[in-house]
Amino acid sequence: MSEKLAGFGLGMRRPHYRSYIDGTAPVDFIEVISENFMIAGGKPLDTLMKARRNYRLALHGVSMSIGSADGLRSDYLTELRRLVDMMEPAVVSDHLCWTRIDGFNSHDLLPVPYTEEALAVVCRNIDRAQEAVGRRMLFENPSSYIAFPGGMTEWEFLAEMTRRTGCGLLLDVNNIYVSAQNHGFAAEDYLAGIPMDAVGQIHLAGHVQGEHLLIDTHDQPVPDEVWALYRAAMELAGPVPTMIERDDNIPELDELCAELDVARSISADSAAERIAA
Amino acid sequence: MSLLALQRDFRDWLVTGEDSAAAALGGGPGTAVYQNNYRTALVSSLAETFQRLVLWLGEEDFEMAAARYIDARPPSSWTLDAYGEDFTDFVATLWPDDAEVAEIALIDWTVGQVFVGMDSYALCAEGLSVADWETAVIHPVPSLLVLPIRTNADEIWQALATEETPPPAEMAPRGTALLVWRQDLEPVFRRAEAHERDVLAWSAAGEGFAAVCARLADTLGEEAAVTTAGTLLGRWLAEGMIAAVG
Repeated sequence: MSEKLAGFGLGMRRPHYRSYIDGTAPVDFIEVISENFMIAGGKPLDTLMKARRNYRLALHGVSMSIGSADGLRSDYLTELRRLVDMMEPAVVSDHLCWTRIDGFNSHDLLPVPYTEEALAVVCRNIDRAQEAVGRRMLFENPSSYIAFPGGMTEWEFLAEMTRRTGCGLLLDVNNIYVSAQNHGFAAEDYLAGIPMDAVGQIHLAGHVQGEHLLIDTHDQPVPDEVWALYRAAMELAGPVPTMIERDDNIPELDELCAELDVARSISADSAAERIAA
Repeated sequence: MSLLALQRDFRDWLVTGEDSAAAALGGGPGTAVYQNNYRTALVSSLAETFQRLVLWLGEEDFEMAAARYIDARPPSSWTLDAYGEDFTDFVATLWPDDAEVAEIALIDWTVGQVFVGMDSYALCAEGLSVADWETAVIHPVPSLLVLPIRTNADEIWQALATEETPPPAEMAPRGTALLVWRQDLEPVFRRAEAHERDVLAWSAAGEGFAAVCARLADTLGEEAAVTTAGTLLGRWLAEGMIAAVG
């Protein structure tokens, strides 16, 4: 099986495990949360092994904490490498965020200030992570609800991060939309500032309107505004492996596949327009 | 402010929820979103791990216990699944007169650990080939755990798991213990028979089958000891509890 991620995929969620084990889900790849499978053995690993025989795999982490000022945890990296060696995924990714400090782990994707100091910390941690995992990784842009004073925009930070470390980007289009609304920047400026040749994967998801802010819940269908932004991203980036990332309120598999068909259609339209141009 | 100082301020806000800590982050509605995310994720994780305890206590009491646990034990592990590691001991302090509460939590926790424990093959009776019973040692599957219990928490747990009306809590006979292990991919448990716990403990300590029979003979007599040990071994093989004999 080729190890290059391509096409259109879904996050592998428990209600749909049987379809992935049987190989009947009409997707090109699956993505799982790495930490859910960084375990000794048992049914979860057995399920992933069986699904892996049918689909290319992306491992997507939530606890690496590349923004931590006090560095990465060696035991975490060892366990992740073990899983990578076992599953031979096409992609290994995590987030531009921090989750842990001084032994405290928030289990949330907390925002990093876009300062030179933070950039140096993040790049140092990415270098260590890529060496430990033995491959180039992708890092996802977060959605955020607080913006700290800093000298850079998020897209400037991401661009410099990829330049210094050689890492790739996992572009979550919903997260761009949510953060743009919450912090008052233009999503189009964000896309224009991203080094599109570094984008190795795209996430699509939904959100909800909170009392004051948009909340990135990943528990809703992809809304029209995010589809529009996806179209804009595809026009800039060209074909990029794309998936629906539904984390909660999981619908029937058919419903997610119908959303994926919309992504296929937008991607095909963008490709046709590029050829015509 | 340095990155380290900012992250420590953020941690203080999540852990304490105090206004002064939020102010250090600039305040605003965004800080409340993170506070809510933090607590919601931890409560959800505990509820997922301790599903039968939620049913036994009811959601209100469970969420009260979870909230107090979150205040007392900020998470340190990188996997949420490990967050409930100390919850059994914690609920024991909240319900000191209801021993079944902590024991239901203990079963929830142990079953979850066994579910993702190390894989191993289980020996079946047909595969048993022992050259020398004098020295042969019984090796249980690595997932096997022995849980001493004081109440009928196991009966309550099973009833809750199958959506039946649970029995009232009561004390179990002195010396009751549960055997918890994984049959193929599914965790199972049952009460240990008389002498079963001892035989397992002696075997786990490396004593050979003959020595185990000899120790049993001290209380049962020689003939009954051999019969008991043989019956136990046959049951364990049938239940997928033995990794090797040799």
